Amino acid sequence: MPLSTDPRRTPPAIPGGSRGQGDLKPRQSGDPLQNTMPESRPPKAKKSWGDPVFKSITLIFAAAILVLALAIAVELLASALPAIKGMGWHFFLTQKWDPVMEQFGGLAFIYGTIVSSLIAFLIATPFGIGISIFLTELAPRWLREPVSFLIEILAAIPSVVYGLWGIFVLAPLLSVHFDPYLIRWIGRPFFARPSNGLSLFSAGIILAIMILPTIMAISREVFLAIPRSAREGALALGATRWETIVVAVVSPSKPGLMGAVMLGLGRALGETMAVTMIIGNRPLISLNLLAPSHSIASVIANEFAEATSDMHLSALAELGLVLMGITILINIAARVMVWSTSSKLRALEKA
Amino acid sequence: MKSAPISMNYRRRKAVDRTMRLICLLMALCIMIPLFSLMIYVTVRGLKRFDLDFFIHLPAPVGEPGGGMANAIVGTITMILIASCFSLPISILGGVYLAEAGKTRFASLVRFTADVLSGVPSIVVGIFVYQVLVKPMHQFSALAGGLALAILMIPLVTRTTEELIKLVPRNMMEGSLALGAPRWKTTLFVVLQAARAGIATGVLLAVARVAGETAPLLFTSLNNQFWPSQISEPTASLTVQVFTFAISPFQDWQDQAWTGALVLLILVVGVSLLSRLTLKGGRGLAN
Repeated sequence: MPLSTDPRRTPPAIPGGSRGQGDLKPRQSGDPLQNTMPESRPPKAKKSWGDPVFKSITLIFAAAILVLALAIAVELLASALPAIKGMGWHFFLTQKWDPVMEQFGGLAFIYGTIVSSLIAFLIATPFGIGISIFLTELAPRWLREPVSFLIEILAAIPSVVYGLWGIFVLAPLLSVHFDPYLIRWIGRPFFARPSNGLSLFSAGIILAIMILPTIMAISREVFLAIPRSAREGALALGATRWETIVVAVVSPSKPGLMGAVMLGLGRALGETMAVTMIIGNRPLISLNLLAPSHSIASVIANEFAEATSDMHLSALAELGLVLMGITILINIAARVMVWSTSSKLRALEKA
Repeated sequence: MKSAPISMNYRRRKAVDRTMRLICLLMALCIMIPLFSLMIYVTVRGLKRFDLDFFIHLPAPVGEPGGGMANAIVGTITMILIASCFSLPISILGGVYLAEAGKTRFASLVRFTADVLSGVPSIVVGIFVYQVLVKPMHQFSALAGGLALAILMIPLVTRTTEELIKLVPRNMMEGSLALGAPRWKTTLFVVLQAARAGIATGVLLAVARVAGETAPLLFTSLNNQFWPSQISEPTASLTVQVFTFAISPFQDWQDQAWTGALVLLILVVGVSLLSRLTLKGGRGLAN
C-alpha cells in the first residue's frame, strides 16, 4: 500500500502513473511503478537546458522588434539633423521649397497633409460609425458577414490601385459633377475655380474611403464588447431602437470610438501613393480646397529618389521625421483609448 | 386627455428612430458605390491587356505596342521572398515569445512597439532603408526593397502568430507536457503545429499586403526596364510599374497600369477569400 500511494503524492511520477491507469496491462506487471521514479528524472534534466535556450532565442527575436523600432527613430533623426541645424524653426514657418537654392521650408507640405487628413476625418467619422452601427445593431444577421467581407477587401486594396482609380475615375467625376455645385453653393474662400479634379479636396475624399475600413473595424469591435444586457435594459425601459443605440451602445463606447477615429486619422496622415497621384503636387498654401496641393508623404515620394544634395535629402528626412512623430503620437493615444474602453467594458461584463 | 401629447412625443421618437436607422442603411449602401466602382473599372479596363504578353514580356519602349510587366512580376516575387526570409523568423519566434510570456512588462512593451510600428507610414520605412542600405551600397537594389517590405511585415505577422497561438486549446499543451515533453518541444511540435494553418494564412495576408506596397519601394528598389539578374541592382516591381505607367501620358501604358492593378486586386481578393475559409476551418477545429 505505501508503495502505490507514494507515486501519486510525488508529481514526477504522475506521467508514468497515468499511463498505467489508461492501460491495464502494464499495471499488472507491478515493476513500472518502481521504475517511474528514476525514469522521470532524465527528461527533467534535459529540460534544464532546453527550455532556457529556447526561451532566450525567442526573447532575442522579440527584442529585435524593439531594436528595429528604435533604429528607425534614431536613423531618421540622424539623417534629419543637418536640416534641423541648417533651417531651424524656419523649416516649420516658411513655405519656400527650393532645392536649387538649398532653401527648405516645409509649411506647405505640412498644411497639405493636415488639411487633406482633416477632410478625410470629417467625412469618414460619421460614415464609419454609422456603418458599424448598421452592421452590429441593425442589419439582418445574414447580411453582416458578406458586408464585413466587402469592407475587409476595401481595406486590403493597394494604395496605388486607389490612386489609379482616383486619377481616371474619381477626379474627372468630381471635377465635372461635384465641384461646380460646391462652387455654386458654398463658394469662396473654400471652393473656387478652376478645378480639374486634382486637388486637396479629391485627396481628402479618396483618403476618407481608404480609412473607413480602419475606423469601422475598430468601432465594430468596441460595439461588440458591449454586453447584451445593456441593450436589453434600455429596450425594457421603453427606448426605441435608435435611443437604445445612442444610450446603451454609442455613449459608453465614446473613448473607444475616438480611438478608432484617431487610428484612421493616423493612417490618413501617412498615406502616400493615392494622395501623390491625386493631390496635384504643387506646394501651395491656399484656402481653396479645389486647388492642387502637396503633402509630406507625396513630396518624399516625388523627390527622394532624385534628390542629389545632402541638404535636400536631409530636409526630406526631416519631413519624414515629422510625419513619423505625428503618426506615432496619434497611434499611441488611439491605442490607449481603445484599450481602456474595451478593458473597462470587459470588466463590466464580468461584474 | 393626457394621451394626446404622449402619443405626439411617441410619434416623434418613432420618426427619429426610423430616420436614423434609414441613414445608417444609406451610409452602408453609399460605401458600396466606390468599392464596386473601383472593382468594376479595374476589371473592365484591366481585361483589355490581360493577355499572355502581359505576363511574359518586358515593357515595350514608348510608342511601340505590346510589351508587358513580366520583369516587374518577377521583381515583386523576388522582393517578397527576401522580405519573408528576413521577417518570418523574427516575427514567428517573436510571436511565440509574446504568447508564452503573457502579461509581463517586457512582453507588453514589445506588443505595444509592434502595434506602433504597424502604424508608422510605409514611406518612412523607405527612408530608413535608404539610409542604412541604399546609401552605403551606393545602389538601389532588390535587397533594399525586400528589407523595407520585411519591416512592414514584422508587426503584422508577430501579432497574428501571437493571437493564433493563444487560440490553441490549453489542454493540447497540457497533454504534451503531461507526457513528459519539455516546454520547448511542446511549443515547437505541438502548439505551433496546431496553429500552423492559421499562421500560414496570417503570413499570406501579410504577403498580400506588402505586395501592394509602393511607397517604400520608390527609393529602395527603384525600377528597371529589364530582367532582374542580381538582387543588388535596381529591380522593377508590379506596384511601382503601375504607378509609373498610370501617371504616364501614353494610352498603352495606362492600359497596362490597369492590368497591373487587376493582377494586384485578384491577389488581394483571392488571399482574403482563402483566409476566410482557412480561419473558419481552424476555428472549428479549435472548438
